[in-house]
Amino acid sequence: MLDGSALSALGLSLRVAFISTVLVALVGIPAGYFLARRAFSGRELIDALVTLPLVLPPTVVGYYLILVLGRNGFLGAPLYRWTGWSVMFTWQAAVVASFVVALPFMIKTSRAAIETVDRTLLDASYTLGHSEFWTALRVTLPLARRGIAAGAVLSFARAMGEFGATLMLAGNIPGRTNTMPLEIYSAVAGGEWEHAHVLVLLFTGISALALYGANRLTRSSP
Amino acid sequence: MRKPIAFLTALVLLLGTLVLPPSMASAVDIVVVSAAASLKNAFEEIGALYATPASALRPAFNFGASGDLMAQIKGGAPADLFASAAAKDMDLLDAEGSLLPGTRVDFAANEVVLVVPSASTAVVTSFADLAKPAITRIAVGNPKTVPSGRYAEEVLANAGLPEAVRLKLVLAENVRQVLDYVARAEVDAGVIYATDAAIRPQEVKVAAVAPVGSHKPVIYPIAVLKGAPHPEAARAFVAAVRSDAGQAILARYGFKAVPAAK
Repeated sequence: MLDGSALSALGLSLRVAFISTVLVALVGIPAGYFLARRAFSGRELIDALVTLPLVLPPTVVGYYLILVLGRNGFLGAPLYRWTGWSVMFTWQAAVVASFVVALPFMIKTSRAAIETVDRTLLDASYTLGHSEFWTALRVTLPLARRGIAAGAVLSFARAMGEFGATLMLAGNIPGRTNTMPLEIYSAVAGGEWEHAHVLVLLFTGISALALYGANRLTRSSP
Repeated sequence: MRKPIAFLTALVLLLGTLVLPPSMASAVDIVVVSAAASLKNAFEEIGALYATPASALRPAFNFGASGDLMAQIKGGAPADLFASAAAKDMDLLDAEGSLLPGTRVDFAANEVVLVVPSASTAVVTSFADLAKPAITRIAVGNPKTVPSGRYAEEVLANAGLPEAVRLKLVLAENVRQVLDYVARAEVDAGVIYATDAAIRPQEVKVAAVAPVGSHKPVIYPIAVLKGAPHPEAARAFVAAVRSDAGQAILARYGFKAVPAAK
């Protein structure tokens, strides 16, 4: 029952979700930090803008991604002209789609976690002569680590479950862009219910595990 | 100041949900036609023929891949008619007794063609050219659900192409999506029907026509479904499709007449 295509879809999903989560962390944590620690006019507008993929339907996200990264897209056209490469219909497109939809989770949870860090501790660090960067790395982020870790887990789960934008940007290519949600969709559309059963059970299990992990992490320390 | 705005927003949203959905006029018979994506433009015109001001008949079209539509009908979707791009999907419904006896009829035929983006500089004159390195991505319908994808598989198998060509395939949800991929140059080539190529003539060009005998003949059957809510109106639509005016509309879009039975 756990045949080759199911395993390849699982492997692809895990790979895409893992890479997306790493990228989301690299971009999301600094973004959450700046939104939390810097007050500037338009801060809430920026926050709303980066949170947009969270409330937009994946098809709208997919539409914008095609507009920007398609072969005739805003960024895709120059990319194709210079390198002869287009991101559409590649596994990298799946990473891009997952990154865009998972980033809001990371930014929101990081911002919330960093905002709850006791300011006096940060001030103490500054009075001891440490730079903001050092303080962020050695004081702020470690204190906010539980919320950030929860954000990472949620981002991972969201990246694993991305379907609409992925289908639009990465397309349906067996073995190359067939992440688990796509594989399940294909199986159901083709009437292959047994195949779908296995994939759905696997996927539900992994997602449940991820959510449980996130819940454990956000619980305040005993 | 905050409260009235929140209240007004909620009121507007609520009114929107009540006002926006199409009103169900009971005086009009809505006939639900589930038809293959390639029939979209032709059927919409035939629909205008059928829905004359005098009659109270209005078609509601549901276009998509024949396999998807067949699955919907199998799952109990309330359609009156089904028109597919291959006998296979209709046969599946026939076998489980979902068709109204005596209403199934073939009404059009089509050709399978290989198209490339109109700005493409690759030299493609036959299906065999798909093996060239310049062709990196080929769009075809998903053979699981899209008849044009199944025809494409047959043609590719008959063209004697190496297995490596399979790795270039990008599967689309229906034949119009294949057309779109080629038209936007997201792929280097695609396999669609001749009638679809004619829909966007500026953006795609036909590189080759599938050789005779390289695939099952593309014949479109239409039938009234057994559970049809409006069987008589449905029969009237079939009659409109088979009428001279209906056949003329199909011919204008490039559909061929059904070959005479042997």
